[in-house]
This record gives sequence, C-alpha cells and structure tokens, in this order.
Amino acid sequence: MTAFLNHFAFEFRTGIRDKQLLLMNYLLPLGFYFMMGFVMVDINPTFLETLIPAMAVFAILSATLLGLPDPLVKAREDGIFRSYKVNGVPSGSILAIPAITTMLHLVLVAIIISASAPLLFNAPVPTNWMYYALTFVIMAFASTGISVLIGVISSSTRITILWSQLFYIPSMLLGGLMLPTSLLPEAAEKVSQILPSTHAMNAFNGLAMGGEALFDPWGSILVLFLSGVIAFGLAIFMFNWDSHNTNQRGHPILAALALLPFVVGIFIF
Amino acid sequence: MEDAVIEVNDFRKTYGDFVAVDGISFEVQKGEIFGLLGPNGAGKTSTLESLEGLRAPNGGSVRVAGIDPTREPRKLHNVIGVQLQSSGLPESITVDEAMRFFCAYHGVEPQYDLLDRLGLAEKRKAQYHQLSTGQQRRLSLSLAIAHDPAVLFLDEPTAGLDVGTRVELHDLMRELQSAGTTIILATHDMAEAEEMAGRIAILLGGKLVTTGSPMEITATGAGLTKVSVRTQKGSLFGSGITFPAVKKQSTKDEYEIYFSTDIGPTVSAIIAQVQSNQDTLIDLRVERPSLEDRFLEITTMGGAQ
Repeated sequence: MTAFLNHFAFEFRTGIRDKQLLLMNYLLPLGFYFMMGFVMVDINPTFLETLIPAMAVFAILSATLLGLPDPLVKAREDGIFRSYKVNGVPSGSILAIPAITTMLHLVLVAIIISASAPLLFNAPVPTNWMYYALTFVIMAFASTGISVLIGVISSSTRITILWSQLFYIPSMLLGGLMLPTSLLPEAAEKVSQILPSTHAMNAFNGLAMGGEALFDPWGSILVLFLSGVIAFGLAIFMFNWDSHNTNQRGHPILAALALLPFVVGIFIF
Repeated sequence: MEDAVIEVNDFRKTYGDFVAVDGISFEVQKGEIFGLLGPNGAGKTSTLESLEGLRAPNGGSVRVAGIDPTREPRKLHNVIGVQLQSSGLPESITVDEAMRFFCAYHGVEPQYDLLDRLGLAEKRKAQYHQLSTGQQRRLSLSLAIAHDPAVLFLDEPTAGLDVGTRVELHDLMRELQSAGTTIILATHDMAEAEEMAGRIAILLGGKLVTTGSPMEITATGAGLTKVSVRTQKGSLFGSGITFPAVKKQSTKDEYEIYFSTDIGPTVSAIIAQVQSNQDTLIDLRVERPSLEDRFLEITTMGGAQ
C-alpha cells in the first residue's frame, strides 16, 4: 500500500510538474473553456446550454487522448519500464496509476468549470448533479482506457499522435461539443456514435442537464463503461515492458475491440 | 558448487533467427565480483537481462540465489539490485522521490544516507533531468543497493564519472563485496575489470571464450611482454640487430619496441648492445600484457585460443 501511495503521489505531482502534462491537464482545457465562454457564447447563445458538460468533455479528451499515451510510450522507449520491472513495480500500477491521477486532475478541472461557469457566463448548472458526476466519471474512465491502450500499442510517439488525433479531432467536430449532434446529417449522426464524446454529451443532456437525449442515455453510459473495461483489459493484456527485441502480445489490431460497444450501439440506438 | 549464487547452464538466447547467446555456462560464487566482458553484440546484455528477469532464456537455465528469474520474478526483485545502463527513471522525479519510490516497492525504509554517501546530498530536491550524467549514475547505483540486495548487477557503472567519484564507487563496491554482496560487473573498461573483478568471463559472438581471474586470462595469451627502449644516440634504430626471445619489433616516436617471450635474456642483451654501441640508455620500460591486450587479442582472433 505504501508503494502504491508513493507511486500515486509521484504521478499526481508529475501531472502538474511536467510542462506537457500541465498543459494538457489544466492550461488547454481551462484556456479553451474561458475562450469559449467569452467568445463562443456571443456567437452562438444556445452553446451556453451545454457549456459545462461540453467543456468537461473537452477537458477529458485533452487530458486523456493528448496527455496519457505519449508519456507511456516515452517511458517504455527510455527503459523506465525495465527499471520498474527489475524493482518489482507491477504492470497494473504502471497503467492504472497515471489513469487514476489523470482522472483526479480532471475532477479538479471539472469543479473549476462547474463552479465558475454560472458566475462568469451565467451558464445553466446540471439539474441532477449525481448523474452529472456519474456521466463525467464514466466518460473519463472510457477515454482514459482508450488513451492507455493507445499508449500500449503505439510503437513510437509519432504513431501515438496519429492514433490520438484519430479520436480527438472527430470528437471535437462531430461529438456534440461545438454543436448538437442532432444538427448533423443523419449519416454523420450515426457515424458520430463511434465517438465516446457523442455518448458522453448524450448522457449529459438526457440525465444531468434536463435536456433531451438523442437516444437512450443509459445506453450511452453502458457503452462508455463497456468500452473502458475492454480498453483497460486489452491494455493490461498487450502491455510490453520493453520496446526492443520483444514480441507484442496480440496484434495491435486487437485494440479495435475497445470500439466494439460503440459499433454495436450504432445498430441498437 | 555449494556457494554458487549465480548458475548459468547451457544458456541460450535468440531473437528470431539471430542467436545472441549460444549455450554458455558459468557460475559466480557468493561475495565475488565477476566481470562480464565482450565487444558490442557479444551477448553480455542478453545474459544480464536474463539474469535480471527481463528476458526469458530460449534454452538452458539461469538461477540467481537459487531463484529462476523467469518463474519467480517476485522473489527475485528483493534479492537483486540492478543499475541499468539506460536512465531508467522519469525525467521529473526528484532524487528523494526516487529513493522513496523504489524503497517502497522493495518494502524497506528510504536510505537517504546513501544519497549523502554518493555525493547527492545537495541534489535531493533536484529532478532527474537536472542532474549531470555522473549524478544520474550515482543515483541509479544508490537505488540499486538501497534494499541491500544479495546480488548486484552493474552495467558500465563508472561510465561518465570523474576520477574522484570513480574511486568512491570502487571503494563502495569493495565494501559491498566484503559484506557478502555478489557483484556482476559488465564493463568496456578493461582497467576497471582488471582492478575490481576477481574473475572475468569474456563473451564473443554469443559464446563464452574464456573465464578466469584477470591474471589467468592474461597469462593464457601469446604472453608477449613489451620492452620499450630509448637511447641518447638512437643507436638501436634501424640496426637490424636481433635480440634473444624477441618475436616482434616496431618503433614508435623515439622508442624501439620489442615484444619478448622471455624478458630476462632480452633486456640483458639490449643493455649489452647499448653499451657496446657506446650509447646511453635514457628510458627502458617493461610492460606485462594487460587484460586489454589479451581482450584485443581474443576479440581480433575471433575467440581462437
């Protein structure tokens, strides 16, 4: 337990101490939130209705997809995992602790956003705080799982960026953050259901914000949860201590299984 | 043997079709400093990594303190200490945090006195990337020995260290040895291996070409002793005179250099010749073959004995 707490404390401090992680965990999400609050609301007043959940999802995407995979790949390439292995650090801790500390940073960011948005921008607060928290945690869990999996299967930091952007950019454009998914053409609306952010915004709208969900919000919660479980399971299975002269357990294409709940969701919802 | 802490039997390691280590066997006794030498690609790293539990052998067996590193990794962690050649630490971790972190995983109290001993007292709040190469290696070493391991693996421990730190580290190694720690020293520094190791194994092309004490290994070579002579008038230069037991001859700067199988007759004959030439000796040096000479002899001959 002492080892876990020491590891946890170090990783949490790293999330603030490391410039890149500070940027992804705090500066980018909060900077974007203030910009959207001051600028976007003037351009599109309806955006205010979803400012809090949209910025919470944006924070999750930035901290996880942009912040988590790269340090994992770099640590493997630099031999840090080898050092951990000979000193008895379990692979589960290597994957779980950065994921948990990232979620903790995200909670802090979400509190800042949720507390300041009504005061600064007169943004509506969630009507059901419990479901807001639940949706937030489930989305953070799913996105963290996918990000850790990207870090595990990527052979280099360059590949990591490609995989991360594959989720990040479509999530920003089609995931219901900037404009409601209901405004998308029907085909795009269906395709957008492959993205965690679409499900998160659907659940936020239907369960927490008192709005209308495009499809069953509990279905979205289930899809996100299952995806997170599969992603973490695959990450643990495919984890590699070393980047040299080792065989990857399972082909990287296996990682696509983490998207299976989203694909199934397209046909169900 | 009864006290063998490390047992390597017919160990083989392959990567695809490439054979990195081809059936080597050796033992290391408790409290011994054992040097593992070889040029790049000789199989040193694969051997070390298999002993450290980082890789599984493809054939044969390895045991460390009676533990199979592949099957019992949890037991192994507390028995071995490893100073890896690569950094092995996150850039933003501080010296103190690293000590707490690794000691916690070994279930021991942080050994801050080791940081003081290795000259890191002033750097305890510094992050890893802020340390010099020498400081990083000293930190890595202090982390490797903080849990008092029975077997210590050192990979190029003094690379990039200044003379003072190197001496301090050698003293520490001797201290650990006298306390019963077995040390496996992988190094390219022949002088260090010759000074520190009680026994040495030289690997070449994945095979163990020789093993023994530094004295034994140097004695089994061609055994040519180098005699370098410089005289006032340079009367030996180009004289064409042959001396007893001399197998090779060359010149460098103002020195005439003879390689002799028996230095007694050679030196006597050289002195007599200089006197008969009415010349005066300025310098005469006799150098026994070093481990480095023997290592080069072995590696350039491809391991032929």
